[in-house]
Amino acid sequence: MSDHHEHDHARTFQPDHPEPTSDAALVGVALRELLMEGGHYTVEEEQAMIARMQGASPENGATLVVRAWTDVDFKERLLANGAETIKEMGFDLLPTEFTVLENTQTIHNVIVCTLCSCYPRALLGMSPAWYKSKNYRSRVVREPRAVLEEFGVDLSDDVEVRVHDSTAELRYMVLPQRPSGSDGWSDEKLMAIVTRNSLIGTQRDLNV
Amino acid sequence: MGGFEAGPVNQNEKDTAYWEWQIDAMIRLALDKGLITDFAELRDGIEQLEPQDYERFTYFERWAKSLAYCLLSKGIVTQALLDAKISEIRERQARDGLR
Repeated sequence: MSDHHEHDHARTFQPDHPEPTSDAALVGVALRELLMEGGHYTVEEEQAMIARMQGASPENGATLVVRAWTDVDFKERLLANGAETIKEMGFDLLPTEFTVLENTQTIHNVIVCTLCSCYPRALLGMSPAWYKSKNYRSRVVREPRAVLEEFGVDLSDDVEVRVHDSTAELRYMVLPQRPSGSDGWSDEKLMAIVTRNSLIGTQRDLNV
Repeated sequence: MGGFEAGPVNQNEKDTAYWEWQIDAMIRLALDKGLITDFAELRDGIEQLEPQDYERFTYFERWAKSLAYCLLSKGIVTQALLDAKISEIRERQARDGLR
């Protein structure tokens, strides 16, 4: 009986999403069922992991940004020792190095992973499809200004663009500049203007 | 891939399907449980893909194929079991009808 119960659970797909049918996707589905049948992990563990991963969103990154804007000591620590400072804030980073990159009047940072698609999942959630796309990964290191222009980022010539190629061991997040006109704003109001793309670097100016 | 010529970036957002979250969870659990050592191992699996497959597969399809490569190499699963399971899933899908 319990076997049957497990089996049904293992087959459950979200109703509004189609079941996978491609050969490659079925390899994944089959592997999952084999690992579960082999006792390597349970449906409950899977559901807990999915909930944990779905729980991460750009709000996490925005929390760090707002604290950095409003607390100079924190900002210094965040820039000097990203991983440790982020863990102190309670975000469950993988055991990786982490560097927060500060945008300034003359520096704009943008992140990519040319090798695969490493992304600061704990702070930004699931990466957007374009971040994982061949076109973004190929071109942002070669012609970052052109790619940024596609995203609506208008950079003057005196702004230096720094492209940071993430790895499995080292992840990045961009610290966007606090916009003028946001003096005296509450943390909640500041949080609301920090976008996912500004944390990746495909947006520069935040909308006040 | 970095530095290659390519077209404009398609900025459309795409929802992650539930089966893709399941692949994602499987990778993380495989790491947690020590079935694979680290991301470098998975990357090695990705590098085993034929270039045309790399281009053709979606993001989570690549991870699925990579994990399969890693676990097959280590003997944690066998090709025969994997093939049998895939046939079983195909039959099940044909019987239940695809939603």
